[in-house]
Amino acid sequence: MNTLSKELMEEFEEVFNEIQRNKAVKGAVLISSKPGSFVAGADIDMLKNAGGEAETTELSKNGQNLFNALEKSKKPFVAAINGVALGGGLELTLACQYRIATTDKSTNLGVPEVMLGLLPGAGGTQRLPHLVGVASALDMALTGKMIKPKKAKKMGLVHHLVEPLGIFLALFYPFLHKIYINFPQTITIPKVISYLLKFGAFEKNFFNKMIKGKVMKQTNGLFPAPLLIADVIREGVINGAEAGYKAEAEGFGKLSQTNESKSLIGLYDGQTHCKKNRFGNPAKPANSNLIIIIRNIAVLGAGLMGAGIVQVSIDKGYNVVLKDSFSPGLARGQEQIYKGFNTASKKKKMTTFERDAIMAKLDATLSYDALRNADMVIEAVFEDIDIKHKVVKETEAVIPEHCIFASNTSALPIGDIAKASKRPEKVIGMHYFSPVDKMQLLEIITTDTTSKDTVASAVQVGLKQGKLVIVVKDGPGFYTTRLLAPTLSEVIRMLQEGVGPQKIDKLATSFGFPVGIATLLDEVGIDVAVHVSEYLGGVFGERFAGGNVQVLKDLVARRKTGKGVYMYSDAKSKNRPVNDTATQIFKSFELEPVEAVSSDSDIQLRLISRFVNEAVMSLQEGILDNPLEGDIGAVFGLGFPPHLGGPFRYVDLHGAAPLVENMRRFEAAYGAAFTPCPLLLEHAKDSSKKFHS
Amino acid sequence: MSGTQYKNLMPHDLQREAIKGLLKRTGIPKDKLEYVVIGTVIQEGKTSNIAREAALGAGISDKTPAHTVTQACISSNQAMTTGFNMIASGQMDTVVAGGVDFMSDVPIRFNRKMRSLMLQMNKTKSTMGMLGHAAKVIGSPVRYLSPELPAIAEFSTDEVMGHSADRLAAAFGISRLAQDEYATRSHTLAKKATEEGKLSDVLEYKVPGVAEPVTSDNGIRITPMEKMAKMRAAFVKPHGTITAANSSFLSDGASAVLLMEEKKAKAMGLKPKAYLRNYTYMSQEPKDQLLLGPAYTTPTVLEKAGLTLNDIDVVEYHEAFAGQILANLAAMESDYFAQKHMNRPGKVGAPSMDKFNLWGGSLSIGHPFGATGCRLVTTCANRLKAEDGTYALLAACAAGGIGHAMIMERHPDY
Repeated sequence: MNTLSKELMEEFEEVFNEIQRNKAVKGAVLISSKPGSFVAGADIDMLKNAGGEAETTELSKNGQNLFNALEKSKKPFVAAINGVALGGGLELTLACQYRIATTDKSTNLGVPEVMLGLLPGAGGTQRLPHLVGVASALDMALTGKMIKPKKAKKMGLVHHLVEPLGIFLALFYPFLHKIYINFPQTITIPKVISYLLKFGAFEKNFFNKMIKGKVMKQTNGLFPAPLLIADVIREGVINGAEAGYKAEAEGFGKLSQTNESKSLIGLYDGQTHCKKNRFGNPAKPANSNLIIIIRNIAVLGAGLMGAGIVQVSIDKGYNVVLKDSFSPGLARGQEQIYKGFNTASKKKKMTTFERDAIMAKLDATLSYDALRNADMVIEAVFEDIDIKHKVVKETEAVIPEHCIFASNTSALPIGDIAKASKRPEKVIGMHYFSPVDKMQLLEIITTDTTSKDTVASAVQVGLKQGKLVIVVKDGPGFYTTRLLAPTLSEVIRMLQEGVGPQKIDKLATSFGFPVGIATLLDEVGIDVAVHVSEYLGGVFGERFAGGNVQVLKDLVARRKTGKGVYMYSDAKSKNRPVNDTATQIFKSFELEPVEAVSSDSDIQLRLISRFVNEAVMSLQEGILDNPLEGDIGAVFGLGFPPHLGGPFRYVDLHGAAPLVENMRRFEAAYGAAFTPCPLLLEHAKDSSKKFHS
Repeated sequence: MSGTQYKNLMPHDLQREAIKGLLKRTGIPKDKLEYVVIGTVIQEGKTSNIAREAALGAGISDKTPAHTVTQACISSNQAMTTGFNMIASGQMDTVVAGGVDFMSDVPIRFNRKMRSLMLQMNKTKSTMGMLGHAAKVIGSPVRYLSPELPAIAEFSTDEVMGHSADRLAAAFGISRLAQDEYATRSHTLAKKATEEGKLSDVLEYKVPGVAEPVTSDNGIRITPMEKMAKMRAAFVKPHGTITAANSSFLSDGASAVLLMEEKKAKAMGLKPKAYLRNYTYMSQEPKDQLLLGPAYTTPTVLEKAGLTLNDIDVVEYHEAFAGQILANLAAMESDYFAQKHMNRPGKVGAPSMDKFNLWGGSLSIGHPFGATGCRLVTTCANRLKAEDGTYALLAACAAGGIGHAMIMERHPDY
C-alpha cells in the first residue's frame, strides 16, 4: 500500500519543484507502480506521532499548501488512478488538473477520514463541493463511502475512465502516459444546491436541519467528526476558500485530539493486527516432507452458520464440501449460498458467469465419503456435546491424517469436544458470528493440545475468508460469549426491576451500541441465552448472577413464533411492540429497583461495566493474548460502541479509577457481580498504567 | 459484405452453392460422398442442422449423413479436423467439410418476458385470459416488445470482442498508425491478388433476383491513410485505437473442401492439392487473452510437426482486427510474454511478413465467421503452388479464448 508519509511528501515537493523549474517538462502523470493501490491515504503513524492540536493543525496546513501549489501549477498534472485513492490520496488527485481512473474492480475513491474520527484535512472539504456539488461532497465526507469508477465519472469526480488491461500492465506503462496526456478534458456538472445556498434561509435549513439533523439521528451525537465536517464544508461554501481552508486545518487539529478519534484509530490498528497471521505460515510436519496447504474444506451442517461459512469460502478459491444428514436441510443451505451470490450478481458486483464458476466449487452431499480429501473440516452441527462427539468420531473415520477438525461452537469448550478425538492436536475452535457473510469477526479457540501448525492454518483460512481473526485460549464461553453472558444477565435484572425493553434499548443505542441489548436477547435467541447463562453461571458463580434465569426459561416455554421480548409480526417495523406475555413474565418475577443506581446513566454504566470488567478478567486469566484483539472482538463480534474503541481502549481513555468507583456503588447494591477484577484495580490505582502503549 | 447482393438469401443457400461448386470442380460423383460436416456460428433456427439442409439442397445423396459444428470463428476448422479424424480413424473415406455465416439476416428474438408470455398464451383458453395477456403488453410495451439481439459480447465476461481487442492492442503498445497501416496492407494485397486472378478458390454465384452474377469479394477497398486516421474509435471511446477501418467487417459467405486419404483420391482419379499434417487447439482465459490464440498455437503446432518457422513457406493468420494480428506478433517476439504466460524459456519468434497473408486476409476479403477456416486452408494450398513452397502454417483465434493452428504440406502432384 502506498501512503502519504512525511518522507514521501518531502520527496514529492522536491520533484514538484524540479518539474516547475525544468523547461523540458511539459506536464506530469502521477501513477502508482503498485497494482491495486494508487495512494491509500495518509500514513496513520505520522498522524499518531504528530503531537498536539497545534502540530496536527500545522500538518494539515502543510498538506494544504503543497496541494494548493499543485493546483496552481501551470504545467498540467494528471492523476492516473488504478486501485484505491483514499483520504489524502484522493485529495492529492483533487489538486491535479486532470483525473483519469481505470474501471478495475480495485479502483475505489473516497475520503474515509470520518471513520477515523477525523476530517479530510488536505483540501478535501474545500475542493469536493466545487467538483461534485455540496450534496455529494457532504455525502462522501460524512459517510466515508467508497465511490466506484463509473459513479465517480458520473458525479464529476474524475474526468475520464479507461479500461484496465488485466494481466499485461507491465507491458503497458509507456503507452499509458501517452493516452493520459492526450485526452484530458474539462468537466462541469450542475450544482443546483450550490446556487441555492446563496440564499440565507435555504442555507440555514440545509445545513442545520437537513444535514446535522441526519447526522445526529444516525450517530446519536456520539461522533464529533461528522458535525465538524459539515461545518467546515459550510464555511468554505459560504465564506470562501481562505476561511474554508483555515477551518479545515483547525478542525483537523481539533479532531485529532478527541477520544473518539483515538478510539477509532485504535480500532484501525486492531483491524490491521487482526488481518495478519501472528502464528506465521504452517510449517512442515515432522514426519512428512509435505507442507500442508489447505485447499479442500468440508463444512458439516447446512444450517444458517454452516451455509454462511461455505459462502465466505467458495469465493476465495477453496473447494468446499457441504455435508448435512437430511436432504431438505442441505437444499435449504444450498439455496442460502446461491442466493448470496445471485444477489451480488444482480447488484453487478459479479457477473452471472462468475457466480456460476463460484458455485461450481461447492459439492453438497449427504455422505461422509466426500470428506476423504478434506484438509480442514468445520463442523456447525447442533450445540450438544454428545452430537459433537459423534460427529468427531464419524469424521475422523474418513478424513486424512493431516486434516484439521474445527468446531464452530459458541460456548462448548473445545477441550471437551477434543476428548472424542484421536488427534486432539488437530482440533481447534472456529467461532463465526451470524450472519457469517456480514459479520467480520472470527474467534479462533486453541486448547493446550492444539498444535501451532493447526492454529497457523486455521488463522490462514480465516484471513482468506476475509475475517478479522482473534485467537483466544479455550475456557468457558471463550472470550466473546463470556462477555455477553453477564451483560445479558444484567438486562434480565433490569427487566425484572421494571425497566421496559424499549427503554433499555434506547439507553444502549444512545450509548453507542448498534443494537439495543434487549433486542440482542431476541437476536441471540432466548433458548441459546438460557443455555449460555446456566452453563456459564454454573462455572463462574456469583459474578455472573443478576436476573433470574427462570425468566428466560418461562419465556422459552411460552414462546410462539415471531415473539420474543418483542413481537416480530412486521419484519422491519421500527416501533416493535413488546410481547405482552413477556411483560407478564417480567412482572411475575418483579424485583424492587435500587433507586441509587437506577438513573439512566447508571443503567448504561451497569451494562458496560460488567462487560468491561469481564474483558479485563479474560486478559488477566490469559484467555486473551492481547488487549488489541480484545477490543476488536468486542466491537466487531458483540457491537461494543465503536466510538469507545473497545473495552480496553475505553479504560485507557476514560480512566479505570472512575469506572471502579462506579462499580463499587453498584457492588454495594448488588454484590459480587460488580466486584472489579484485580487487573482493573491495578489500573485504577496507577493511572499511568495503560493497556495500549 | 453483409446487406448487399446476398441479403434476400438464407444461410443454407450459401452453403449449398459452396458445396455445389466443390462437387463441380472436383467432379466427384454425388453418391460417393460419405459424410458432410459444416461449421457455423450464428444459427438460423429453421435450419439448425444446416449441414444436412445444404447437402440435400446440393443434390448429395440423402443416404449421406451430415452434422453441424460450432466453435466461433474457427467453426469450419473444427469441421475439417472432425473430418480429418473420421478419416484417420477409418470411419469414413470421403468427407465434405465447410462453413457458413450469414450476417445479412440474424435471428432477432422476442425478449424473454415476451417469449414466456407467448408460451403461456398457448395454454390460455378463455378470451378474458387472452385479453389479460394483451393488456400486459399494452401496459408496458417497452418491456415486452424490445427485442433481443444475438449476443455480440463474450458470455462469460460480458465484453464485446472489439473492446477486448482494443485493450489487447493497448497492452502491447500497438499504435493506431500501425494498425491502419496493417489494414491498408491487407486491402492492398487482396486487391492485387484479385486483379491477378490468384483468388481462384472464389466461386461465381448467380443469385436469384440479382441481375449480375457475384464474382468477387466486395469488401476490398483501399482507404486513404488520412481518411483512415480520421475514423472514430469503434469500441473504447474516445481514445481507443480500433476503428471500423482496421477491423474485419460483417460478411456473408460459405466455403467447402473435400477431404480424403491420398490413396483413395488417387483410386478415384482425383488430384490432391495438399496434405493436412498436424493441428492443435488451445484455449486461454477469455478476458485478457481472448484473441491471443495464434501466439499460443503457432509454436505448439510447429513442435508437433517437428518443424520451425524457417521451414514454413506460407503463413495465413485469420485477421480479426489489425490490432489483434499485431498484438499476436508482438507477443511472439516478447520474452516477458513467453516466460510469464506461455511457460517457455524465451520468445518463440513471429513469422516473417514476407510470408504472411500475402493475398489479403479476413480484414479485406471478409470474415463470414463459420466459413473462414476453409478459406484459410484453400488459400494456403493455392499459395504453396503459386509460391512454390512446401509447408504452410495457418492459425486463428476464436471467441471463448480458443486458438487453433494447422500445418499443411503441398502435394507433390499439385
